[in-house]
Amino acid sequence: MKIEISEKSVRNEIARTVEWVSGQNLFACYQCGNCTAGCPVSFAMDLGPHQVIRYTLLGLVSEVLASNTPWICASCLQCTSRCPKGLDIARIMEALRTVVLRKKERLDHISIVDLTDDLIDRTPQIAFISGFRKFLS
Amino acid sequence: MGRVGVVFCLCERLGDSVDKKAEGIQETIEKEVDFNWLATHPGVCTKWGIDFLIKAVREQKLEGVVIACVAPKSVGPTLKKAIVRETNGTVLTRCIGLPVGNPEPSTQSETVETLKRSLDELRNEKSPQRAGPSIERAMVVGGGIAGMTAAIDLGNGGYETILVDRLPSIGGRMLQLSETFPTLDCAQCTLTPKTVETGQHPKIQLRTYCEVEKVEGKAGHFTVTLRRKAAYVDWEKCTGCGLCQEKCPQKTPSVFDRGVGLGKAIYTLSPQAVPNKPVINPETCRYLQEGKCRVCEKVCPVDAIDYEQKETFIREEVGAIVVATGFDLYPLSQIGEYGSGSIPDVVDGLAFERLLSASGPTTGEIRRPSDGRVPKEVVFIQCTASRDPDRYMPYCSRVCCMYTAKHAKLYKHKVPDGRAYVFYMDIRSTGKGYEEFIQQGMEEEGTCYLRGRVSRLFQDGEQIMVWGVDTLTAKRVEIAADMVVLATAIIPSEGAGILAQKLPGVETDVHGFFTEAHWKLYPVDTGTDGIYFAGCDQGAKDIADTVAQGSAAASKVQALFAQYRNETSPEAQGQR
Repeated sequence: MKIEISEKSVRNEIARTVEWVSGQNLFACYQCGNCTAGCPVSFAMDLGPHQVIRYTLLGLVSEVLASNTPWICASCLQCTSRCPKGLDIARIMEALRTVVLRKKERLDHISIVDLTDDLIDRTPQIAFISGFRKFLS
Repeated sequence: MGRVGVVFCLCERLGDSVDKKAEGIQETIEKEVDFNWLATHPGVCTKWGIDFLIKAVREQKLEGVVIACVAPKSVGPTLKKAIVRETNGTVLTRCIGLPVGNPEPSTQSETVETLKRSLDELRNEKSPQRAGPSIERAMVVGGGIAGMTAAIDLGNGGYETILVDRLPSIGGRMLQLSETFPTLDCAQCTLTPKTVETGQHPKIQLRTYCEVEKVEGKAGHFTVTLRRKAAYVDWEKCTGCGLCQEKCPQKTPSVFDRGVGLGKAIYTLSPQAVPNKPVINPETCRYLQEGKCRVCEKVCPVDAIDYEQKETFIREEVGAIVVATGFDLYPLSQIGEYGSGSIPDVVDGLAFERLLSASGPTTGEIRRPSDGRVPKEVVFIQCTASRDPDRYMPYCSRVCCMYTAKHAKLYKHKVPDGRAYVFYMDIRSTGKGYEEFIQQGMEEEGTCYLRGRVSRLFQDGEQIMVWGVDTLTAKRVEIAADMVVLATAIIPSEGAGILAQKLPGVETDVHGFFTEAHWKLYPVDTGTDGIYFAGCDQGAKDIADTVAQGSAAASKVQALFAQYRNETSPEAQGQR
């Protein structure tokens, strides 16, 4: 696939929103891949966290927003603690989720009615609260 | 010569079959080579190895000795010095190389041949006594930052120094730069004090607009013939008022401005030129080409213009020579995939320096050479013609990562709504403060780094289409750029190879860079005593390293003079 890069695509509106919400400078990323290497769930992601940063920066927005990466992210902060540039990658993932969830149409990533009684019994309430906050529009 | 000996150093670096190999080679040597004494030692470079050598030399009454070991370039000088010291310079030495590992029989016979040659040389060499103390004057060839540093150091040391440059004034490449990494100091502000100091130094004699014609002699006594090109201006009369340059009607693309600006036929390189005396370019001067004009002659208030001036030859006697001839950039015309230099808005790094420079053709504004428009999207391509062993130069040019980051940064300062893209393969920022400089460019200036090479670029209407790749996203990238800056490879300056041929015993590598006597231990020494080099003529390097080499070369020259001064000093004999 070929992409056209210009002043409009690099650090476009979505990228700037992500930077604003997360408070992180995407240009600071080395692309060293430490975040992806250490991520306990990156095996299940379409794009590694470092790729998500790169795609967002270059303006490949539709691919980033369609990827499962921010939703697989468990916010365990492994990436944040190991980033050599001190980027809070978990915050970038949170910002990407926010960008998707705050669109006009509802884009819930879990369905409450589908939760089984067994799961409800076994799960602590705090997990539901943070889960709803993380996954619901 | 009397008795000569051969010592084989059989250290563990030779490989597993040291003994067997020694046996084999010894047999051949005993059969084929004419010598008086043969021995082996497990490590001649050690203290007991040297003691062994000296004892043997005394007991066997040797007058010459050939040492064969795996590292002749680094071990040789040390052994030579030790033997000279202990024998008052009466014993000559040669150090030859042995192949590491298990050599083929052919390399063994090569070793035997080298040994024979060395023994012949020893027998033919004259007494090591020198003719007398060195002429305590030095010549520095090349008036760039390396040459100026060497000349100033030598001058401060009290030695008369002749500084030669083929251009009309000193300053070299640094004069073309705008600001320098990693501090963004103005290059002129760094350089001008140095050029002025050089020009006013009581011990430094400038010989600008001169080229080295012939070099004869050896360390301590070189005779150099310089060719002073015809300037068509009598510098004795000229006051440097600049009226001739102002009135000269001929404007052609300036070599100094890398073609992005126009220059007059009578010119100085900069308003701060040292010496501030103009020359006429005979290839562009209307009078010298077409026989009409003579405007400069009419306006000159002191009648300094002399169209009949001829080149002259000057002979200088010096004790040592420092060669600092600097670099050129790989010519754009030979890079086909990037337009062969035919696209006006595709320029090289030095041309962009001229655009950035406050004293440049645009007084520091970034304007495209084609239409003078301010470019909003500028693509920088690193490793152009570098790191490309197949087609261009295999080596890394060392400064491009840094100066490209600097270009992008300065561009962003001057065009805040513009965007700079940098195509890179790796970022090599190894100097002090360099990595921080690169990171600051990315984070704070928003320079967009794309990891990959550009396969081709071409004119598309008013823009230049850049076809590259970003291997980090594994996507092909297309950018419609307003301007493209190529960080082309650093190559030795034109004529460096011809100069090397004129210097006795000085060699160049396949790319034309001067070869040092030892990669690590003698980095500014040539193969010949008394000739040293500094700066980019030895290989690509930045200003800080260049200045360090300039000072290093100057200190070598001073050590040489000091050692020659006391002829009876045994140390002087083993000088390197």
